[in-house]
Amino acid sequence: MSDLIQASSRDIDGPLLELTDVTTHFKTARGLVRAVDGVSFTLDRGKALGIVGESGSGKTILSRSIMGLLPPRGTVRGGSIKFEGREIGNLGRKEMRSVWGKEMAMIFQDPMTSLNPVMKIGRQIAEPLQIHLGMTKQNAWATAERLLQDVRIPEPKRRLEQYPHEMSGGMRQRIMIAIALACGPTALFADEPTTALDVTVQAQILDLLGEQRRDRNMSLVLVTHDLGVVAGHTDVIAVMYGGKLVEKASTKGLFANMKMPYTEALLNSIPKLEDRSHTRLSAIAGRPPDLVNPPKGCRFAPRCPYAQPKCQTEEPPLVPTAEDPNHLYACWYPVGSPENAEIKVRLAASKGALAAAAGGN
Amino acid sequence: MAGTGKAHLRDSPDVLLRIEDLVVEFPVGRTGLKVNAVSGISLDVLKGETLGLVGESGCGKSTTGRAIMQLPRPTSGSVQFEGTELTQLTGDAMREARTRMQMIFQDPISSLNPRRKVRQIVMEPLNIWKRGTDDERAKKVDSILEEVGIDPVRAGESQPHQFSGGQCQRISIARSLVLDPSLIICDEPVSALDVSVQAQVLNLLEDLKAEYGLTLIFIAHDLAVVKNISDRVAVMYLGKICEVAPSDVLYESPAHHYTSVLLNSIPVPDPEVAVTKTAIEGEPPSPVLPPPGCRFNPRCPAAQDICRSEEPQLRPVGEGHFVACHFPTVTPVELAAR
Repeated sequence: MSDLIQASSRDIDGPLLELTDVTTHFKTARGLVRAVDGVSFTLDRGKALGIVGESGSGKTILSRSIMGLLPPRGTVRGGSIKFEGREIGNLGRKEMRSVWGKEMAMIFQDPMTSLNPVMKIGRQIAEPLQIHLGMTKQNAWATAERLLQDVRIPEPKRRLEQYPHEMSGGMRQRIMIAIALACGPTALFADEPTTALDVTVQAQILDLLGEQRRDRNMSLVLVTHDLGVVAGHTDVIAVMYGGKLVEKASTKGLFANMKMPYTEALLNSIPKLEDRSHTRLSAIAGRPPDLVNPPKGCRFAPRCPYAQPKCQTEEPPLVPTAEDPNHLYACWYPVGSPENAEIKVRLAASKGALAAAAGGN
Repeated sequence: MAGTGKAHLRDSPDVLLRIEDLVVEFPVGRTGLKVNAVSGISLDVLKGETLGLVGESGCGKSTTGRAIMQLPRPTSGSVQFEGTELTQLTGDAMREARTRMQMIFQDPISSLNPRRKVRQIVMEPLNIWKRGTDDERAKKVDSILEEVGIDPVRAGESQPHQFSGGQCQRISIARSLVLDPSLIICDEPVSALDVSVQAQVLNLLEDLKAEYGLTLIFIAHDLAVVKNISDRVAVMYLGKICEVAPSDVLYESPAHHYTSVLLNSIPVPDPEVAVTKTAIEGEPPSPVLPPPGCRFNPRCPAAQDICRSEEPQLRPVGEGHFVACHFPTVTPVELAAR
């Protein structure tokens, strides 16, 4: 019955995921936390989207809002989330159960605590197969073994009989991916999947996710704070700041033509291997805004090197660039614009004046 | 115990810390087996220098840092710090020596006592060592808190959970500084932080190092971070040192195959060059039964028979540049001279 309804309302041609003005607010003792505040975008089938931002930018809450993985108490949700044309933003946990696993699956940052420590790996993979896909136990275990092969775990048969503590962090993240892939989801959400791992293992896991996405024609949403991680592994990037979408573009378009000063600052704060050692890093001063009382105007203005009086009073809308209608940004004085260049010149001049004054003393 | 050589040790009056043939082993239950966490490494650090220790999880980099502090005591080997042999010290002498070297840990939130006020946490070392009068202590704590960018008034009223991860790491740094140490061992101090905050903390460490004349040992798995802050870098793998070099040289001409792997694994924030292929398959083998010969041989693309039987010693390949590999990607100095 529910399958019938799903099938009839399924929109095969449209985007896989369509978000319109999504808000997620939390009621707390301090007031309403505007964790996600009016985010709209679409994600096509088989594409990889990177959601990038610092801690507290709302990137994790956004992905959990889409998955319907938020505490029911004290959460105020608004806007519309459509998955294959079907509204899922208002579904409860019970109804989401048919979506989880088969339609959308998620892997988390911490592979150490995401697995059940007292259950064999095999059972943790096989159980959802038995419940969601109605497989027999024998079939489910055989499929589990194949899944472990897919995620490149050596000796899969032996591993099925082991417990999580017998494996390394990278191994456990592979198992999380196997569990997430078990029911053949259309979209996979990965929330900082490699942050807890070594760089060598990180490269392996990112490659594995990309390979599985292509093989299964699955959409991937990669949530991370590191622009380096998304650069090579996504088609589209959405940058979030203070609960808002501040820039969205194709990965190539974003790196070639960054508009938002925040995106530029994030990129510049990554230490570069080509630079000499002891090169001073350009950190972003200050901290992300308090989402109970977000600043008026542009939320990045208090930390923005180019901020002008207008930025402190008026909120910039999300607008397309002149060259590319799909490249959106929210800034009054975008990087690369004549206005921004003028501010840069003035900043350099005042810095020079300061240095001269200091030198004169 | 087969060492990995000492060719890279320097004979200088400015040596602050000198480790020789350091071995750390942990028993595995009652099986009689042991984890070979650190297997005979030698290192030295000059005054005012920053030494980077880099490698994957389980390579022994953190264990090395802790063994320097004698936490726990190394199984064998020598650790000379400011001319004193630490492995021989006991009781009060050991405690006294530890005030000269301090440690900063990876998880800034769990390394601070959640029940105490931040200002008390930073003041505690001074109270324990009864340094100065109450007034002097308060002044010192306030000035150091200012220095690391924490408001002393707020620190007097607030507990660690009221600060962000980056701020908690600043507090840990302040605590490590109050006893005026000469050496600070930073164990993955920025791995848990966002890139933007990571840059702030790295800049802060550079500033403090210059101001207080500190010597740093910086332990991390991210070679880009280590390169930025270090003067000299030692690459570790499975309890051994693979390569030692000035950090710019290490990046420009890595001599060990493992160093190349580490460099290639770093994600480049540029989609034009980021079409990477997996730099290396698999993970390091168990340190309980490390492979014979060069410990990297099972994963090394250039491994030959000799790599499986004979352990390579550290030998020079350039100015201050040493590698422990039978087939380095840079020609060793003694061969070039022939």
